[in-house]
Amino acid sequence: MVNPNLKAPDGPPSDVEGIKDRSNYLRGTLEEVMQDRISAGIPDDDNRLMKHHGSYLQDDRDLRNERQKQKLEPAYQFMLRLRLPGGVATPEQWLVVDDLAEKYGNGTLKLTTRQTFQMHGILKWNMKKTIQAIHSTMLDTIAACGDVNRNVMCISNPDQSEIHSEVYELAKMLSNDLLPRTRAYHEIWLDEEKVAGSPEVDEEVEPMYGPLYLPRKFKIGIAVPPSNDIDVFSQDLGFIAIVENGKLAGFNVAIGGGMGFSHGDKATYPQLSKVIGFVTPDKIYEVAEKVITIQRDYGNRSVRKNARFKYTVDRLGLETVMVELENRLGWKLDEARGFKFDTNGDRYGWVKGVRGKWHFTMFIEGGRVADFEGYKLKTALREIAKVHKGDFRLTANQNLIIGSVSTKDKAKIEALINEYGLTDGSRYSALRRGSMACVALPTCGLAMAEAERYLPVLVDKIEEIVDEAGLRNEEITIRMTGCPNGCARHALGEIGFIGKAVGKYNMYLGAAFDGSRLSKMYRENIGEEEILNELRAILPRYARERQDGEHFGDFVVRAGIIEATTDGTNFHD
Amino acid sequence: MLQLQVMNSPFNQEQAELLNRLLPTLTETQSLWLSGYLAAIQSSSLQAAPAVEERPAPAAAPAIPKEVTILFGSQTGNAQNLAKKTGKTLEDRGFQVTVSAMSDFKPNNLKKVKNLLIVVSTHGEGDPPDNALTFHEFVHGKRAPKMEDFRYSVLALGDSSYEFFCQTGKDFDKRLEELGGIRITPRVDCDLDFEEPAAEWAEAVLAGLSEGESSSPSPAAAASVSASAPAESVYSRSNPFRAEVLENLNLNGRGSNKETRHLEISLEGSGLTYQPGDSLGVYPENDPELVDLLLAEMSWDPEEAVRVKEETVTLKEALTAHFEITVLTKPLVEKAAKLSGNEDLHLLVSDSNQLKSYMNGRDLIDLVRDFKPWNSSAQEFVSILRKMPARLYSISSSFEANPDEVHLTIGAVRYDAHGRERKGVCSILCAERLQPGDTLPVFIQHNENFKLPENPDTPIIMVGPGTGIAPFRSFMQDREESGADGKSWLFFGDQHFVTDFLYQTEWQKWLKDGVLSKLDVAFSRDGDEKVYVQHRMQENSKELFQWLQEGAAVYICGDGKNMAHDVHNTLIDIIEKEGGISRDQALEYLADMQKNKRYQRDVY
Repeated sequence: MVNPNLKAPDGPPSDVEGIKDRSNYLRGTLEEVMQDRISAGIPDDDNRLMKHHGSYLQDDRDLRNERQKQKLEPAYQFMLRLRLPGGVATPEQWLVVDDLAEKYGNGTLKLTTRQTFQMHGILKWNMKKTIQAIHSTMLDTIAACGDVNRNVMCISNPDQSEIHSEVYELAKMLSNDLLPRTRAYHEIWLDEEKVAGSPEVDEEVEPMYGPLYLPRKFKIGIAVPPSNDIDVFSQDLGFIAIVENGKLAGFNVAIGGGMGFSHGDKATYPQLSKVIGFVTPDKIYEVAEKVITIQRDYGNRSVRKNARFKYTVDRLGLETVMVELENRLGWKLDEARGFKFDTNGDRYGWVKGVRGKWHFTMFIEGGRVADFEGYKLKTALREIAKVHKGDFRLTANQNLIIGSVSTKDKAKIEALINEYGLTDGSRYSALRRGSMACVALPTCGLAMAEAERYLPVLVDKIEEIVDEAGLRNEEITIRMTGCPNGCARHALGEIGFIGKAVGKYNMYLGAAFDGSRLSKMYRENIGEEEILNELRAILPRYARERQDGEHFGDFVVRAGIIEATTDGTNFHD
Repeated sequence: MLQLQVMNSPFNQEQAELLNRLLPTLTETQSLWLSGYLAAIQSSSLQAAPAVEERPAPAAAPAIPKEVTILFGSQTGNAQNLAKKTGKTLEDRGFQVTVSAMSDFKPNNLKKVKNLLIVVSTHGEGDPPDNALTFHEFVHGKRAPKMEDFRYSVLALGDSSYEFFCQTGKDFDKRLEELGGIRITPRVDCDLDFEEPAAEWAEAVLAGLSEGESSSPSPAAAASVSASAPAESVYSRSNPFRAEVLENLNLNGRGSNKETRHLEISLEGSGLTYQPGDSLGVYPENDPELVDLLLAEMSWDPEEAVRVKEETVTLKEALTAHFEITVLTKPLVEKAAKLSGNEDLHLLVSDSNQLKSYMNGRDLIDLVRDFKPWNSSAQEFVSILRKMPARLYSISSSFEANPDEVHLTIGAVRYDAHGRERKGVCSILCAERLQPGDTLPVFIQHNENFKLPENPDTPIIMVGPGTGIAPFRSFMQDREESGADGKSWLFFGDQHFVTDFLYQTEWQKWLKDGVLSKLDVAFSRDGDEKVYVQHRMQENSKELFQWLQEGAAVYICGDGKNMAHDVHNTLIDIIEKEGGISRDQALEYLADMQKNKRYQRDVY
């Protein structure tokens, strides 16, 4: 079955491959180092393994220099990311997570761009208690990071709640069935007893992943047109639902997307996935499994920054990968069906879905759930969770849907929304509602510049330009990340910023509003003043010269302000 | 041959009689030998002295000098230093002096002593210092001998802001009288500024001992003393060195309830040196805000000239640098009452319970506010104040590792009492006003009772929560510098791991490099239950006892109120449990360790 003509790139395995190899299926010395009381940190090798358990060590970078002078180690703390397929949580689960953030975290929750909860600031000695509490509410953090399949995303759009529940079940199934099988997580965090006996055989422990797992992270998302809220083309493997006569007929399969790249390294680039065919709903697990094994076998295990599946696809060629996939499946994909996306954003406010249930989508700036001065968002959501009987849905745009509210309960929820001044986003400019930022400083070790803490400030200033140009209600997506790894999918924002240094960003333009075209670098290494100057020139011009219904990203390409990126491979050109 | 008499010779009656009996019996050779011998010892140096012991003179040695035994009980080293100084003075005057810590003195030898001087401090609630405990108990017990022809005197050190001021000295003074002793000179109780009264006491002792005796100085002894004394700095407690502050930072991370200052101070040019375990004395200045408040309260002119000892300074300067204004003592309030026309104050001092409760947590500003009017001049008023006492801090650096530097680890003291925020004089000077480049008057306070084992291979166990960590940083720096091979084990604790792990990265490095063998930490407010160092000791009881059996020395530094007691009891528990012996035997085990300097404490 394995094609002898295909092979993985040559070269010595990267350090992480060695760490996984020696880890005895993701155990390493985690159990031991988590008990050490002398440092709040853990060694690098164990931290690499820790990712597969949904967490990794960070430190508060704001305090790094200060603490060094004080003869204190960095303010080490763990980020803990939950696995929450499709971003759906029950009110009970919300309350548990909310409480854990207070008790062991930094008192806030981050709703991520992959539809899950992230907690920051957890001390080493509180990790086990936190994970056990999460387990007690039927959630886990397995494979939320690491070289495995990550949290499976799926549309949150409440308009099509019938379809939603169907694809949500599929997303959940994929997430569960693609989990690593090692018992390491249960032993280390949940005190499961180790099974004694004959030495484990790789095929038994990890039938799909094998002992080295994947060369790099792997992401799956399911979209339902016309909404592309999950940015399906940014996924390693995307499924685009095809609805015919109000029924889910199946999915177009798209492979080889991904956002991350490295500054100054043109061999790395963001890429959009390509549609290769159509499958019926019962086949998607099989397709996912085989695609993953192709990446397992032929992905680059020598150079980690070239290890994502997008590079495997581009190196082997889309055709070759398709043929290999069909070989492994033993059957052929159908021809892709037609579809059309109109936006990758969210729709705000109350919407009535099927079976008389109501859904309220609210704007959460930067995905940060906290109690702010004069805006007790976290308290408000806790109070809602206490009375809410439906669900919460975390959107791919870091927003939140209070979902499945019965008509009877709607007044009660609405009263709380009003009491706490929660907003459907209408009080904000459309630009702000379309904003997205990764965490970046102070906790992310990769960040070169601010993102979540700075984007709202920058938007305040851009809003003045927008208002003056009469574009307040014009939806423009604006995304900022602290580094090129792209947690906020910067290369798919109509206005994109990627951190270069503190206060300095590369500015990108030209991405499509529906997530179907990447942006391109417009200005390199510029500060706030220059950013505003550029936008002062471009935005009013857009207001004047745009065609009917023309989105900003399309306009800048048509007007020749920026050249279109037609494929990831010409992103840097 | 001339018949020697008291009148025609420097000898007393007894000596003259002995000599008169001896001299006529000598042969010519013997006379010659003796005159040469006497000449030799007069000009001899230290090297010659042992020869005296090796080849004792025949029967007719010169008159036997008076034997004086000086016993000290000392926590911080002040009593010890005074004992040694007094010993030196007496030796200079020809006395044969034995100076010893009470803990090193065999109680059974007490009955042989004819002249006994006691120099002892008091701390806590009238408690004797660690190295006085056993002797204090013996003297007060049934086994204490009745003594005849026994003379003594007591020099007591203390702090008059404590209720049981100089209590241990008072205890000894009273008890020795009961045992039949006669005072050479009455006991002197010294407050924090002990130097002058202590010198006066030493004078009086000398006069008392010398009554009717030969008191001509012995040049031989004088020579030997000066030769044996190490080269000492000209700077001392009475002549502090103005040392420049090089670094001053807060060791506690953001969000901590604590503030612990780390000071690096230059000793360059002072000639001052120190050993791990020693302390640095610091003369602080009062908070200028507090001084201004006092001046305003009394409507005094800050520029008014006042006499302080032989100096004339402005009133503001006097209140800032020369006098203590943050503590009320009984003598102070009593003297103040004489300057006040306020009846209430007279009533207050007549009721010692009321007075005690009033003084608690109040300072001079409270006193002058509460008991107006004052009918005294500024000069009269400052004359009743206590001299600014030096603060002693365990040094947290090694001189060998940081030549010409001394580091301190000082916890900032702030609390509210009687409606006002109160601040530690020296700690808040360091926390709020002292900048690198500023100077501080300092001196070295040697502490013989907190020293690394002489043998670098001896294992050490260090228990130092909070600022108690200070001397152990010095220990580690020293052992690292000297390459000592002995194992070492630190128990540290504080409130929160993230913000309060003092010198965390240094300890981590020492542990990694093997300079420190084991490190156990307890952070009391991180978990649901409060965990302290003694709990970590209990958890490791087996191994800890193993270390004790291997001869480890145990050091405790830090809070004397709770921690030191808890750790002490934990040690006894561990010895009892792991040694499989009775409580009494465990107590004996620890007492034995203490006697062998394997159990040392520096608590405050």
